[in-house]
Amino acid sequence: MEEFEPSVIAFLCNWCSYAGADLAGTSRLKYPPNVRDIRLMCSGRVDPVFILDALKEGADGVLVAGCHPGDCHYQSGNYKTNRKVRLIRRLLSDLNIEPDRVRFEYISASEGQKFADVVTDFVGQLKEMGPSPLKEECK
Amino acid sequence: MTDEKLKFGFYWAASCGGCEIAVLDIDEKILDVAAKADILFWPVAVDTKYKDVEAMPDGHMDVCFFNGAVRTSEQEEMAHLLRRKSKVLVSFGSCAVTGGIPGLANVADRDEVFHTAYIENPSTENPEGVVPLTEFEVEEGKLELPEFYDTVKALHQVVDVDYYLPGCPPPTELIVQAVTAIFEGTLPEKGSVIAPSKSVCDECKFERSEKKITRIRRIYEVDELEDKCLLEQGILCMGPATRGGCGARCLNANMPCTGCGGPTPGSLDQGGKMISALASILGLEGEEALSDEEVERLLDDVVDPVGTFYKYGLPTALIRRRVKK
Repeated sequence: MEEFEPSVIAFLCNWCSYAGADLAGTSRLKYPPNVRDIRLMCSGRVDPVFILDALKEGADGVLVAGCHPGDCHYQSGNYKTNRKVRLIRRLLSDLNIEPDRVRFEYISASEGQKFADVVTDFVGQLKEMGPSPLKEECK
Repeated sequence: MTDEKLKFGFYWAASCGGCEIAVLDIDEKILDVAAKADILFWPVAVDTKYKDVEAMPDGHMDVCFFNGAVRTSEQEEMAHLLRRKSKVLVSFGSCAVTGGIPGLANVADRDEVFHTAYIENPSTENPEGVVPLTEFEVEEGKLELPEFYDTVKALHQVVDVDYYLPGCPPPTELIVQAVTAIFEGTLPEKGSVIAPSKSVCDECKFERSEKKITRIRRIYEVDELEDKCLLEQGILCMGPATRGGCGARCLNANMPCTGCGGPTPGSLDQGGKMISALASILGLEGEEALSDEEVERLLDDVVDPVGTFYKYGLPTALIRRRVKK
């Protein structure tokens, strides 16, 4: 049987994390190709509905990444999203979905290596978890 | 309008009966309804049998108000039957529109619900552990009961619905509006929700200013209510994520909105929107200095996320039930 390849949706902020992902690319760092990046102006733009919708539509994991504390281009979007993601994780756990399928990370524009490491680690973790149970549930 | 009376039907599925009472809450206007319409089917008040409905020609009833969610095979059958027999089918009340309180059973499955209701319940004596079965043989023959499903559904997840009238129960003014529109032939386009498109906050009496709260307080922790937005006082109010039309009647009684109006127009998920609103105002003061542990402690005050954010709408949420093990 072929190895399970998880699909990951990544919401990346324009100013830090997307630039970090870009740096990973231009530095020719290797990381698994399972991640689909969506660029937003700020991690604070991540509506919890986006995360739920991504999971419902078949994502096995959702990565949200924003600027480090104190670095948000809009001052405080990253703090808000940190709290949103934590609340969503609690909700998922009550609905019997592994909360670790949703992950929040601080990745700066200079952290190409961190982006590659986070994606590698996340994809590995999701492979161990297996396909999202919602794929069956939401049919 | 012709002189011929309109033919109405009412039905209840998985609901509490409050919607039936709400119909009577239109007070003396019920006499107008009786003058302009014949009630062909209404299990709570009229002794029409299912077989009488089956005997009607298709599309015989002009309007059928259907309240309650769909959780048994009987309710599903009735939904299909009434759809066939009615020209216009109105999904009436939170249970039919978004799943309602019965929809919270989607955090469990049939066996768990039966176990709690018939075995575990402290006031239930059932030493033989008898739970409902769909078929049972007795001397006289086979007895049958409708099947109880694992997952509760809203009406439109089972049959095509023409109009939605949300609320637990729907506000009298909206019922009157809907009934008037039916009589006058001024119903909006099919699929419309018969309610305003603004949130409950728009109708709320409390003063609103900048929102930031240091922690969530439950009602019993509040000694004296201030005359300002309940969310700003730390009381979890679903108003911002909930469709209005109710005149903020819970707020008028100094109680927070619990979300019965369902999601605001264009919103895919009422709970997700409320999580967004809450996370944006909770722990705002000095947020840059809060550790992750402190943030988690703030969130501990959301005691029951599913029950709080999806009190009336789990079956129609993006994730509509707890994943079965």
